[in-house]
Formats: sequence, structure tokens, C-alpha cells
Amino acid sequence: MSNMNFDMPNFALALPEIFVLCMACVVLLADLFVGERNRVVTYLMSQATLVGAAILTVGLHTGETQMTFGGSFISDTMGDVLKVFIYLVTAVVFLYSREYLRVRQLFTGEYFVLGLFGVLGMMVMVSAHSFLTIYLGLELLSLSLYAMVALQRDSIGATEAAMKYFVLGSLASGMLLYGMSMFYGVTGSLDITEVGAYLAQSHDKNIVLAFGVVFVVVGLAFKLGAVPFHMWVPDVYHGAPTSVTLYIGTAPKIAAFAMVMRLLVEGLGDLHMQWQGMLIMLAIASMAVGNIIAIAQSNIKRMLAYSTIAHVGFLLLGILTGTENGYSSSMFYILVYALMGLGGFGMVILLSRAGFEADRLEDFKGLNQRSPWFAFIMLILMISMAGIPVSVGFWAKLAVLQALIRADMTWLAVVAVLFSVIGAYYYLRIVKLMYFDKPEDTSPIQPALDMRVAMSANGLAVFALGVYPSALTALCVAALK
Amino acid sequence: MFSDLPLLSLIIWLPIIGGLVVLAAGKNDVLVRWLALIFSILTFVASLPLYTGFDNGTYQMQFAEQMPWVATFNINYSLGIDGISMPLILLTSFTTVLVIIASWEVIQNKVSQYMAAFLIMEGLMIGVFAALDAVLFYVFWEFMLVPMFLIIGIWGGQRRVYAAIKFFLYTFLGSVLLLVAVLYLYFQSDSFSILDFHDLRIGMTAQVLLFFAFLIAFAVKVPMWPVHTWLPDAHVEAPTGGSVILAAIMLKLGAYGFVRFILPIVPDASHELDWLVIVMSLVAVVYIALVALVQEDMKKLIAYSSISHMGFVTLGFFLVFSIFDNTNSVAGAALGLEGALVQMISHGFVSGAMFLCVGVMYDRLHSRNISDYGGVANTMPVFATLMVLFAMANAGLPGTSGFVGEFMVILSAFKANFWIALLASTTLVLGAAYTLWMVKRVIFGPVGNQNVAALQDLNGREALVLGTLAVLVLLLGVYPAPLVEVMHASVGHLLEQAVSSKL
Repeated sequence: MSNMNFDMPNFALALPEIFVLCMACVVLLADLFVGERNRVVTYLMSQATLVGAAILTVGLHTGETQMTFGGSFISDTMGDVLKVFIYLVTAVVFLYSREYLRVRQLFTGEYFVLGLFGVLGMMVMVSAHSFLTIYLGLELLSLSLYAMVALQRDSIGATEAAMKYFVLGSLASGMLLYGMSMFYGVTGSLDITEVGAYLAQSHDKNIVLAFGVVFVVVGLAFKLGAVPFHMWVPDVYHGAPTSVTLYIGTAPKIAAFAMVMRLLVEGLGDLHMQWQGMLIMLAIASMAVGNIIAIAQSNIKRMLAYSTIAHVGFLLLGILTGTENGYSSSMFYILVYALMGLGGFGMVILLSRAGFEADRLEDFKGLNQRSPWFAFIMLILMISMAGIPVSVGFWAKLAVLQALIRADMTWLAVVAVLFSVIGAYYYLRIVKLMYFDKPEDTSPIQPALDMRVAMSANGLAVFALGVYPSALTALCVAALK
Repeated sequence: MFSDLPLLSLIIWLPIIGGLVVLAAGKNDVLVRWLALIFSILTFVASLPLYTGFDNGTYQMQFAEQMPWVATFNINYSLGIDGISMPLILLTSFTTVLVIIASWEVIQNKVSQYMAAFLIMEGLMIGVFAALDAVLFYVFWEFMLVPMFLIIGIWGGQRRVYAAIKFFLYTFLGSVLLLVAVLYLYFQSDSFSILDFHDLRIGMTAQVLLFFAFLIAFAVKVPMWPVHTWLPDAHVEAPTGGSVILAAIMLKLGAYGFVRFILPIVPDASHELDWLVIVMSLVAVVYIALVALVQEDMKKLIAYSSISHMGFVTLGFFLVFSIFDNTNSVAGAALGLEGALVQMISHGFVSGAMFLCVGVMYDRLHSRNISDYGGVANTMPVFATLMVLFAMANAGLPGTSGFVGEFMVILSAFKANFWIALLASTTLVLGAAYTLWMVKRVIFGPVGNQNVAALQDLNGREALVLGTLAVLVLLLGVYPAPLVEVMHASVGHLLEQAVSSKL
């Protein structure tokens, strides 16, 4: 028994993950015992889980980079920051969803349990440092999302969306896995540290590596929803219940950013020249297709889906610079995007009521007369998405553009700003509908108090961070040091 | 006495806070109007010490303030004014007071939002003139579009939506290129300070690219031919107050960009490409004046006349280089530049007044068509007197402010090139033609129709607004020295920068 070289992994580093896992199971069980009328208990327990996870993550934060589970799990500042934002965003998603789900008889334990498992998947993705862990986290998240989209069983649209999402998502996972297997074949390791080390010292230009990069990038582009792998995005966003769209459109984007960072930057950083060209094409295509097709939409969920695609294009711009400055800018961008996405979809939820989805553009007509305050909040969100100061969206664009120019890609910055002018048009159209048109529907807007407060805080946060973005930009820079 | 007070911050934020207070006051229209008036007057009063405390002897930035803002990118909240921006700030705070009085009972729909939009916009425009950090400049510059967009879109005329979106997208397109240019300069200098940009050495290729980026941004705003087409639409559809602010101040922002960014930052490219701007300016002066001649709509006519007059401003800026080449001294060039700056202020008064005059008539007859009027002088003698005075100023009659700037620019044009001067001088003929012909058809002659016969002359409020402007137009026309004096040192410094190579 002397050859006990099996090291006990340091479980403490993964305590937040373990906590969320346990709590998700507890919530699942508890939900069986609370009746229909006390379902709010499930909701509160889910929120408590997120708060607890946040306390654990912040409490365990050391500022050092530590590995555990044989190098397949990493704990570092970037991971901790991203996780805290994932909890925050998910908590707001749950809050916005509560009333929406209740009036549609969807206020079930499944939504919250799947949501929590999704959070766990995202946490694993953020902290993964081996191809397998990344895949594990990704699949846990994806499976939760597929099920959540299908939650509204009797809706044909939702079922169709879930089906599309599942088929295309599996295809993407397959691509990603195939690419990873090629790297395993060449480097002999699944560990990102080792793959990175191998690539740093080997000089042979193995054709398999090139193929591997292609498949990995395709897989990532699918998950991010970058053109030309974006087809699922509008259909899923449109078909899913708005509360699920809200969830899909926000927190998983943060996790996807982490996945790109772990895979492309930490793992395949030395193949930067290979993936840079691909990301340039993906970015330009995403900005072009996203911004132009969004103009033709009459459904706001579809429009926001295309707007997401365009934002993903912008996000990729920061990453493809291959500089620390670019990575922190992209990180800033994705956090800001999550905040704006929350607000945008949250507003659709806020305007909806029993039997009325408020997801057509016309439903925003005359909002300024029906509720000047929420029209103002939506105005802030729209100018932020368009990248107009004073809103945090402007700073996000500024950060990415300056990183691009610093990396000597001014031409790409010019392309990006020109597409953002096209993008401004459809955001302005919402403003136009709210402020210039007369309302067709004059029923009062009476959201619950918590929704009212959270939505106002969300909009004001976009504004306040626009006035003073310093703290968040500094945090993103520090996270990537 | 005022040196300790952050005066510039005060006059930027006072109206913005005022706007929020007005918004909060909500449905009580009377209270809202008075609050808006009080805040605008307070801002105007607070801006006066900028003039009285101004040191004419130096080109250095005065009333400077600096605070770190976004440390990650080395962005500072830094403000300061020189002899070029100070008069424009006064123009802004003054015009806003007039606009608020002029909109007093004209606006009945969503009064608080209307007044708040103007107050917030005032703060933002002053911010543009006072900002010394390029990102701060950009933030004010860009955010200003939002209230203006809402003003045109909510309170505008028939095709307001089209005009509002066109206005926004046109200017947004220009300004994003400005952003890229600013970021490039940041990359080169590791600073966003505009004054640091002034000292930065830049290669010729980069200068030319920067020149075009800036030119598109500012030319759209001025607006210069051929990117002027948003202006007639925006002016025609905007409510009177919006038109006044647009003509009197927003157009000046574009021109201000030329002197703050293009001339000092990319002097070599400006020198090389001055012919381009001169040609564009001359086309504006001559061709747009001809376009103005055939307009049926009074607001459109004045809009085109604005473009034509702003052509004079950009012409004055870019004559500098050929004068310098001809005479080898900056002294002669100063006249053109100062003329252009005087023209900016004068045009602020005159075009604002013209739009207010059209507004006065529109409020009574709800028509802007020249053919719906005729013989207004018979029923509105006081109004007719004032309108004729402003029309004369618009045509550049000596003794009015319109003459001073145009005369200075034409005079310096002769030092540059005879043909340029000749073409520029046609404005005196064409400007007189379109303005006076309109006046003849609207004001003089027999009473045109029943509606005109029933017109009431100016009420006290309207008379106060137009009367004040009339006094200023005459004062500046007869005695422009106080304005020119404050500019001297700054203009001299600007010329030094413009003619010294940065290669």
C-alpha cells in the first residue's frame, strides 16, 4: 500500500460548485413537498442558493491561481469575477421570471432546478481547465437549457424551438468534441496547461492542429451564436417563453466567453495566428448579418436575438486581438451585454400580462404615455445597446475599439463602427415607437413591486455605469492580470 | 472672486439638474415653465463671469478643471475655455433662455419633457464647448443627439419621424468616425487630452486619414455640402425651439470641431487638402444660396440660408493656408479666422431670430408656405419691422452683425485668391436676393388673404424675445470689438499651430 500517490484533490476550491449541486438537489426534493400555493418557497430557496454561492465564491477568493482535480479545475480571479456575475444575472432572471411564470401556469420547481443546474454547468465551464471539464460543463448547461425551452409543453413554438436547439446544439457539441479529439491526438493530453505547453514548444505545423482549430472555433461559434452558425438563435429566442429567453440570452453568454478564454487563449494561445483570421471573418459576418437582419424584424424577441448576434461579433473583436487589453475589453463587453440583455428582455416581461406576450414591436407604441418612467428605462437600454453615451454600452464599445486600434487593426474598428451605425437604426425604432407614436393598447402597466424596483435598478445601473464606468473596467483589467 | 468656483461644471450641470427637476415636476405646466425659465436664467447668469473674468491676454485654457474619470483608459474630466469657446458658451446659455420664453404657451403637449430636453441639451452643448478631454467631448457631443432626436420626433411636424431618424443616423455616422480617430490619437499619445493631441507629431498618411475622419464628423454637423441634406428636413419638421437651437448652436458645434481638432491636430493634411474644404464651402455659398432662392417653405429657405452662411465659416477657416503661402505671415490670416468666428456668433443670433419669426407666424396661421402670406406688415407692423431688420442682417447689410463676419472673410479671401473672393462675394447678392424676395412676398404688398387680415401683432413675450435679439444684432454690427478682442490671443495661437508642420 505504499504506492499511494493518489493525491486528495483540494475540494475547497470547488466549494461553490459543490454547494450549488447540493442545493439544486435539495430544491428539487423540497419542491415535491411544497404545494402549488407555496411554490414561492422553491423560488426563495433558489435565490438563497445563488446568494450562498456568491458568498462562498467571494469568501474563498484568494487572488491566486490554483489548480485542483489533477489540473482539470482552475480557480483564478477571472473565474471568480465571472461566476459572481453569473449568480447576479441568474438571480435577476429568476426575479423577473416569477410573475411571468405564475400567470402562465409555468411557475414550477423545474424552471428553478434546471436554472440552478444550468448555473452549475456555467460554473464548471468557467473553472474548467481540461477539455473534458469544459465539455462536461457545457453539456450540463446545454441540457438544462434544452429542457427549459421545452418547459411550455403545449406551445408548438416552444417545442419546435427546443427541438431545433437540441439538434443544432448537439451538432455543435459534436464539432467541439471532434476538434478536441484532434488536439488530444497530437498533444497526447486533454489538460489545457499541457496542451498549451506542447504548442508553445513544438514547431511542427501539423495539419491536424489546423483542423482541430477549425472544429473548435466552429463549436465555439455555434455556442456563441456567431454567423454563419447563428441559425438557432432567433428561432430559440422567439419560440421559448420570454423568461427562458431571458435566461438563455444573458448568463450563458458570460460562460461562453469564459469557455473561449480557456480554450482559445489559455489552451491554443500559440495558434493565435490561426484562429485570429477565423474570428475576424466570424466577427464581421456577425456584425453584418446581426445588424442588417434585425432591421427587418417585427418581433422584439427576434430583433433582440439578431442584436445579440451583432454583439457577439463585437465581443469577438476584442478576443481576436490576442492581447490582454483585448481580453479584458471583451470581458467588460460581455458583462455589460448581460446587463443590457437582462433589461431588454426584462422589459418585454414587464409589459406582458396574462394572455398577452408584448413581444411585438407595436406593443411598445406610446409607452411614454402609458408609463414615462419605464419608457425612460427602455430608452436608456436602447441607447446603451446602440453604443451611444452616456450609457455603459458606449464604454463597452470604446474598450473593444481601443484594443483593436492598439493591436493595429484600425480598419476593423472602422468596419465595426459603421455596422454599429446600421445597428442604431433598429434601436432608435423602439425609441420612436415609445415616444413618437400613440398607444394602441391603453391598459395600465402594473408590475409587481419587486419587478418594478429591479427593472428600475437595472436601467439605472446601465446609466450609472455609463457615467462612472471606472470600477467595472478596472475590475476586468484586474481579473485578467 | 470666481476663481475658486468650478464655474464650468456649474453651468454644465445646473441645467442638466434643472432638466431632471423639471421632469420630476411633471404635470403642473405652469410650475414647469417657471422652473425651466429660472434654471435657464440662473445658468445664463452663472455663465456671465466667464466673460467678465476672462483674461484676454493669454491663449491658455482658463477656468480649467481636472479630475480623473476612467483611470483604466486615462480619461479625465477636464474642462477649460479659451477665447474661441467662451463666446459660444455665452451664446448657448443666452439662446436657451430665449427658446424657453419663446416656447412658453406654444407647447401644450408634454411640457415638462419638452423643457427638460432643452435644459439637458443646454448642459450638454456647453459641455462640448468646454471639454478638453476627447472622450468627454465625445460623450457630450454624442449624447446631445438623444434630446434633439426626441424634440424633433415628439413635437415636430408631419414628417417628424423621418426627419428625426435621418438627423440622428447622419450625425451618428459622422461621429463614430470621430471616435475612431480619437482612439487612434489615444493609441499614439497615451492620453485623451485634446491639448496633448495638439502637440503630437503625426506622419502624413495618418494625418490625411485623420483629416478625413474628422472632416466627415464635423462636415455633417456644420453641415457642409454635400452632406447637408439632413438639415432642411430636421429644420422643417422640428418645433420652433428645436430649429432655433439647431441653427444657432448645433451647427456651431461642427465648426468648433474644425478649430479645436482639425486645424491644430492635423495641420499638414489641412494645408495639403485645404482646396477640398474651400471648394465645398464655395459650393455651399453659391449653389446652396441658389437652392434657397427657389424654396416655397420659409423654414426650408432659412435652413438653406444657414448652410450657405456656414459655408462662409468653413471658408474663413481654410483660407488661412493660402494666405500664409502668399504673404508668409500669420497676421493677414487672422482676419479670415476671426471673421469666421464672428460669423458663427452672428449667425447664431440671426438664424435664431429668423426661425423665431417664422415660428411667430406659424403659431398664428399654421403654415410655413410663403404663398399663404402677403402683406403681413399691414396687420403686424411691429413684427414686420423686426423681421425686416433680421432679414437685412441675414443678407449682410452693413450695421448689422451679419455684415461684420462676411466682410472680414471676403476681405481676407482677396489676400488668398481673387477668384475665391469673387465667388464668396456673390453671397452678398444671392443672400440679399433670397432673403429680401421672401420678405417682399411675406411682409409687403397688399394683404394676401382673410387669414392674414385677421393676424394679431406680437404679444409682449414675443416682442421681448425678438427685441432682445434685434438689439444684439445691431450692437454686434456697430461695435464688434468686445467680441473680437476676447478671441485675439486664442486665434493667434491657433494660427501658429495651423501653420507649423507636425511631420
